Amino acid sequence: MADLKSVEGMIDSTPIMKDYADIESSKLPEYQIDSKVPEGPIAEKWTNYKAHQKLVNPANKRNLDVIVVGTGLAGASAASTLAELGFNVSNFCIQDSPRRAHSIAAQGGINAAKDYQNDGDSVYRLFYDTVKGGDFRSREANVYRLAEVSNNIIDQCVQQGVPFAREYGGLLANRSFGGAQVSRTFYAKGQTGQQLLLGAYASLNRQIQKGQVKSYNRREMLDLVIIDGRARGIIVRNLVTGELERYAAHAVVLATGGYGRTFFLSTNAMGCNGSAAIQAFKKGAYLSNLAFTQIHPTCIPVHGEDQSKLTLMSESLRNDGRIWVPKKKEDAEAIRAGKKKPTDIPDEDRDFYLERRYPAFGNLCPRDIASRAAKERCDAGYGVGTGNAVYLDFKYAIQRLGADVVRDRYGNLFDMYQMISDDNPYETPMMIFPASHYTMGGIWVDYELQTSIKGLFAIGECNFSDHGANRLGASALMQGLADGYFVLPYTMQNYLSDQIKVPHFTTDTPEFDKAQKDVEDRIAKLMAIKGTKSPDEIHKRLGHVMWNLVGMGRTLQTLVQALEELEDVRKEFYNDLRIVGSANDLNTELEKALRLEDFLVMAKMMAIDALHRNESCGAHFREEYQTADGEAKRDDEHYMYVSCWKYTGDNEKPVLLKEPLKYEAIQVQTRNYKS
Amino acid sequence: METTISVNLKIWRQRGPKEKGQFATYHLDNVSTGSSFLEMLDMLNQQLVEKGEEPVVFDSDCREGICGMCSLYINGHPHGPVQGITTCQLHMRKFNDGDTITIEPWRSAAFPVIRDLMVNRNAFDQIQQAGGYVSFNCGGAPDANATPISKEVADVAMDSATCIGCGACVAACKNGSAMLFVSAKVSQFALLPQGQVERKRRARAMVKKMDELGFGNCTNTGACAAECPKNIPLSNIARLNREFVKAKCAD
Repeated sequence: MADLKSVEGMIDSTPIMKDYADIESSKLPEYQIDSKVPEGPIAEKWTNYKAHQKLVNPANKRNLDVIVVGTGLAGASAASTLAELGFNVSNFCIQDSPRRAHSIAAQGGINAAKDYQNDGDSVYRLFYDTVKGGDFRSREANVYRLAEVSNNIIDQCVQQGVPFAREYGGLLANRSFGGAQVSRTFYAKGQTGQQLLLGAYASLNRQIQKGQVKSYNRREMLDLVIIDGRARGIIVRNLVTGELERYAAHAVVLATGGYGRTFFLSTNAMGCNGSAAIQAFKKGAYLSNLAFTQIHPTCIPVHGEDQSKLTLMSESLRNDGRIWVPKKKEDAEAIRAGKKKPTDIPDEDRDFYLERRYPAFGNLCPRDIASRAAKERCDAGYGVGTGNAVYLDFKYAIQRLGADVVRDRYGNLFDMYQMISDDNPYETPMMIFPASHYTMGGIWVDYELQTSIKGLFAIGECNFSDHGANRLGASALMQGLADGYFVLPYTMQNYLSDQIKVPHFTTDTPEFDKAQKDVEDRIAKLMAIKGTKSPDEIHKRLGHVMWNLVGMGRTLQTLVQALEELEDVRKEFYNDLRIVGSANDLNTELEKALRLEDFLVMAKMMAIDALHRNESCGAHFREEYQTADGEAKRDDEHYMYVSCWKYTGDNEKPVLLKEPLKYEAIQVQTRNYKS
Repeated sequence: METTISVNLKIWRQRGPKEKGQFATYHLDNVSTGSSFLEMLDMLNQQLVEKGEEPVVFDSDCREGICGMCSLYINGHPHGPVQGITTCQLHMRKFNDGDTITIEPWRSAAFPVIRDLMVNRNAFDQIQQAGGYVSFNCGGAPDANATPISKEVADVAMDSATCIGCGACVAACKNGSAMLFVSAKVSQFALLPQGQVERKRRARAMVKKMDELGFGNCTNTGACAAECPKNIPLSNIARLNREFVKAKCAD
């Protein structure tokens, strides 16, 4: 717990705190947040919307160009579906092929309200679980729509030839994930993300073959081009030649993923970044709920300073694995010192802390709760390994089901664990620890998935809308595909229907000239620093600041300290960065530096958002705000809103706007996973 | 327990596709055996950057063996000496103190070198574009349980669908053949009911594109399957041959 007295003193004495103390009162009356949620009962909103929205006729679709940045589940599904409808799509990715986007690494599964198991599932229950799992900080109407279209996604993917797991009778198999009491998760071994992405990639390929999608690989978006207040194009850097290229369209869709690598170490891929979001932010798009960053409970612990990324072990393991630490501190110490092995600890000396604290959900409680509980035990001195690890034990599952069944369910995950850790999980418990995994916050969008910039849309992880303060397992794939296959291709037409008389754009305009010049200047400025530190060195330092001070547990004190330390990191970046090689050439160091520059902005915004939200909810745990038994204490009276941050200048304070959250179809309550 | 080792590295450096390349040698101390192979290369690059030299360029993204972005021919094996994993999953505990490790890019006419260890695999995308899909538009799908598929068939289709498109099969093949890659996708759809309608057209189109792009012929050596990081079985190639012959006979 933070010492509140010293915190009060700090508010007066810390210049940074003074800077942000009046943020609450800063309001710009001309900016109204309009979420465009349709009227009517929740179950009819989406149907009514679709029945009354404006459409674009087939002849006009041919005349409209759309840029989609990103080829993950959201980007690939949106690009292929928009192309199927007849729009001209240009699709960009930073990898060498659209098939590599990081959706491919999602292991566990995808939720849908099919109720194939006859266990009481329904659209309403999936909606309810998602809103509750998000700790009542998501937009109700969006979540209901997500649950509604979830069933279409499964139909769509099966038709694409996605080889989901099946029962012997030939029907689809399901399993359970955290935060739910039904089995609604569809899966393809531990490679569900891969199979869904390859399905979307296949649909995309069909459209590329037809010429309806132009695919641009190894291209990185570096700026958004606005003409007369509307998003009309992008500037990208060709990562092979180093040349800047211009692309114009009637609308731009960002499907660029999350900003989890602000922490440096995360389960994200090496290339994942928050840069498109920051570019949009600087052009007027709001960033929302950035404090809501998911720390996944079951990752393989950090091994050393040279570590480049962390590997997730699927949440599905919590179906059959039991999480524990030693009950006695001396046992934990002996294990850490290498004097005892986990298998030496008898059952009665094991503390199955999730089952103890949350009997109703046990090892399947939501991610934020499981992560914090692990941190609590480790902070209290019961951690194993380096002290920052807990056990995930399959001994009991093997006793109950036999090793063959366990191998059938989790074999590839066990192999992966053994490869990385050199331990055999059939014989000794796995060691796990929480790691940065997913970002619920992101670019603010309305019900139509349009940002606060006209003609700019954001889908998938890069928007903020559906997961509130915490995302449930197997819901990221659902949201990415819902946005791309079943939501955006409709809602976008409401915007594009006004654009049918706007001719194809040329990139030969003063706006494109200026955007390109800005990017050139930005690159030249970074190249000219000629300091001593590589982008990775500075990024690691940024990661330490973020993990230690803006990580799983935050206080007013740590956040104020984070803002101060971020300022130091920022200074180091602008004074001591070294980029070897040249700007007009393939240059991986320059790529890293440009992304890092944006992470620095993102980090600051995350800290500010966490600082302003004086409550604990979902993944945002402010240690000052907790109940007597250590649970998150929400403040619905003051914070039941979406924070929307508006950029006002590089050296200016961002302005806070609020979108109030109203729950009409669901009763707001304290999350309870105990009974 | 993990320890640290020293390694000597012989790495292929090449400025561009048309330029002549050569091996450069480096020495690296204090490599933790718990580090991954690519983290070891990160260490090397950090040291090169500190000296003001350009880092060794290589592809990598997910670093958990699923995106297919990483490559590297390590000591004569695609994805290194350990069977069934990608380079990013290879750990330094598989090497001994003082080892010399030779690292080359994929070598195939169809995968030109872009820089150092980074190659251009667009040819794989082009093969998929030629027919690696089920043609239907979003929105028209029947209920997912409308067509039962036996677990055995679904599992075999899944094994084929596991291909990550890394290109190790082509790199391993003395002929530079892409048969394992193409057969994995053709097999997935040939096995599943959803793929039946376009079964013949798909086999023809994908094989035709493969041939056009300069991949070599298959002589049933089996190096592709032996080196495949995802253990895609050779039986897929047999199935592709059947599919292709049947499609040709139908012409």
